[in-house]
Amino acid sequence: MKHIMANKNNHIVPYRTYVYVLLILLFLTATSVIVTNIELGTLTVTTALVLASLKSILVFAIFMHLKFDQPVYGIMTGGVIILIIIVILITFLDYFFR
Amino acid sequence: MTREGNQHDEISYLRVQGRYRGIFAWIFSTDHKRIGLLYLYSIMTFFLVGATLGLLMKLELIAPGKTVMEAQTYNGFFTFHGVIMIFLIIIPGLPATFGNFLLPIMIGAKDVAFPRLNLLSWWIYVFGALLALSSQFMGDGPPDTGWTFYAPYSFKTTTNMLPAVMGAFVLGFSSILTGLNFIVTIHRMRAPGMTWLKMPLFPWTLYGTGWIQLLATPVVGITLLMVAAERILNIGFFDPSMGGDPILYQHLFWIYSHPAVYIMILPAMGAISEIIPTFARKSIFGYRAIVLSTLAIAFVGYFVWGHHMFTSGMSGTALYTFSILTFFVAIPSAIKVFNWVSTMHAGSIHAEPPFYWAASFIFVFMIGGLTGLVLGSLATNVHVHDTQFVVAHFHYVMFGGVGFAFMAAIHYWFPKIYGRMYDKGMAKTGWLIFFIGFNTLYLPMFYLGIRGMPRRYFDYLEEFHGPNIISTIGAVVLIAGLFMILSNLIVSARKGEKASGNPWKGNTLEWKIPSPPPPENFEETPVITRGPYDFN
Amino acid sequence: MHANGHRDDTASKIGMWLFIFTEMLLFAGLFIVYSVYRYRNPVAFHLAAEELSTFFGTLNTVILLISSMTVAMSLTAIRKGDNKHTMLLLGITILLALAFLVNKYFEWGAKIEHGLVPGSETLKELGHGDTLFFGLYFFMTGLHAFHIIIGIIILSVVLHFVRKGRITSDNFVFLENGGLYWHLVDVIWIFLFPLFYLIT
Repeated sequence: MKHIMANKNNHIVPYRTYVYVLLILLFLTATSVIVTNIELGTLTVTTALVLASLKSILVFAIFMHLKFDQPVYGIMTGGVIILIIIVILITFLDYFFR
Repeated sequence: MTREGNQHDEISYLRVQGRYRGIFAWIFSTDHKRIGLLYLYSIMTFFLVGATLGLLMKLELIAPGKTVMEAQTYNGFFTFHGVIMIFLIIIPGLPATFGNFLLPIMIGAKDVAFPRLNLLSWWIYVFGALLALSSQFMGDGPPDTGWTFYAPYSFKTTTNMLPAVMGAFVLGFSSILTGLNFIVTIHRMRAPGMTWLKMPLFPWTLYGTGWIQLLATPVVGITLLMVAAERILNIGFFDPSMGGDPILYQHLFWIYSHPAVYIMILPAMGAISEIIPTFARKSIFGYRAIVLSTLAIAFVGYFVWGHHMFTSGMSGTALYTFSILTFFVAIPSAIKVFNWVSTMHAGSIHAEPPFYWAASFIFVFMIGGLTGLVLGSLATNVHVHDTQFVVAHFHYVMFGGVGFAFMAAIHYWFPKIYGRMYDKGMAKTGWLIFFIGFNTLYLPMFYLGIRGMPRRYFDYLEEFHGPNIISTIGAVVLIAGLFMILSNLIVSARKGEKASGNPWKGNTLEWKIPSPPPPENFEETPVITRGPYDFN
Repeated sequence: MHANGHRDDTASKIGMWLFIFTEMLLFAGLFIVYSVYRYRNPVAFHLAAEELSTFFGTLNTVILLISSMTVAMSLTAIRKGDNKHTMLLLGITILLALAFLVNKYFEWGAKIEHGLVPGSETLKELGHGDTLFFGLYFFMTGLHAFHIIIGIIILSVVLHFVRKGRITSDNFVFLENGGLYWHLVDVIWIFLFPLFYLIT
């Protein structure tokens, strides 16, 4: 007896969506390259990281289908990202105040 | 579904004939029960090696000055003892042996989600173990850094560090794959009707442990890789003479190694939570509180790593944050202790060997936990940091906690695993000797630590002589008890009296199938309608 | 021995996601090291980053983003039962991955030629900040490149399976998981790129 539990998710993402996402990603990349040539002082790092985060959210949500899949994947991923952020913050409690 | 009594009309997993014969039927088996036993035998073998090293160190400390070994040999011994006991024994200890054997059965499944990956985990474990062991016999002498591999000494020492570091790295993979397998199994393979809150507590703790294995191990993996790169390429990551920060190594190391403590202790708590209701004939007190405290320990336990570094030179802000967070972890641990005690209260207690181990677990774990708070407080930590007090504390938690729970678990599930019963009288005597030996060995070390005897020294001042003699005598007594227990179990596995499917009158699923279980565990998939500890 | 007839796509996918989490934590460890040393050596990191070629970095970013799109598209193609386009898109992805490695080879080559290698005399003269920056640069991009190589192998096996008909419109979880891995490699680069090439 072959027992199969195939993927229940029936949403097929159209090619078009991926092209749009790629265009946005390329636009964000171009922005971050251009922005670094402008002197923003301490904001440079922040801007670059914000743009990188936006890009990775797009990749996670659309390319990796978190937007279309069951919520469990998204919850787990969100939890892991929060964990990483807390760990970095706690580590810097040492370095900021040393 | 209840098939007590007539379990011998069906062939068990121990005897079933697969594709391979002899030893290959075991080392190539994807049956979770056989893999669990493979882990059990490997772990017991390494444990004997580690225990021997421990005993030899205690013999060295029986008198001041050199007694049985040189200082450098002693350094090698405590490193090797730590590496074996931590990476090879207590991290895989309960999850990989009893987790593998029991998780699928307790949730009503035929196997774990990825059986072949499960076998691969064991192979990786063996490979990593051999790699780590090879450091003892090749190159320029055994590693002497302690199991923590602290930088910069770990890449300055001329001893043979690389195999030990890479061995720990490989063992991490094995641990990650086991955790991954268990999480998916629990998500996808629970029997119909087994909602999350009808799941027994041992699987719940394996779930918490699985997440820690998954999310903490990669950090130490990359750290060990950096130490290896440092030794080979001389990059300067943690070398102060090249701009690196050795304290950063400690951060990264403990980001894993503190949560690793919870990898070890959570399944131990889970096993105790199974045993106490069975022998009190009473539903567990506060099931939800135990589940929540398990998850809380797993979560908060991730953020307390800095309490290993109070004297390393961290900022003041970091110091008190870590100290407060450490006190928070004590809360869920205490909740569990209260729950166990309340479960026993007004129960009908059956004093069988597993119950002795479980009850003494609570005792030694309390001592270990409360002395942990002494170490978690900043002021007292400075006084006892790096002394014998620390050694006594973590042996009470790790050996007393995990070790006693392991013993409780093996005495509890032994009849299920082998279908035979051990000699209960001998098991109780063994427990008594072990318990006395254990406390005689470690209690004096608290005193020595408070008086100022440092850890990791092969020599000490004359004033510490008395307590050290007592401690060494305790070690010998403990080993004697251990031999008694092990010989009882080994003989009984082959020649013991046949045990029924449910000798302890337990209520979880593993007691509703024959002992030893058939290859596919259940004749038909069980449907769960009641909670795991409903004894009525 | 048993459970061989059992197939659970959701289980495989959860397993893949869990594996991805371990990869995220692996690189998170390195990002911690990077941020600590950047915080402690702001000027040196600033100057050292200018040594890196923004052109090569941007080019490789574009390459990876496009490859991420093509591998995502291959999933759409296989689910429509369009094997030909699936293989084409996977092929393009693999070629782009190889192009990434070729770029990386030239980029590393140039750095090595200038003596900006861990343990070299040049770095010793430049001081602590530069030593750490280039140590991290080689270690992190090296580890990332290693993941690219693993990705190429996985995607090649996926391509082979599509050709053999083992991955089909109703059994595509292996392709999906391979794709997830490839996107992860992309996400890591999305962070490596600004941290090494842009924040100057």
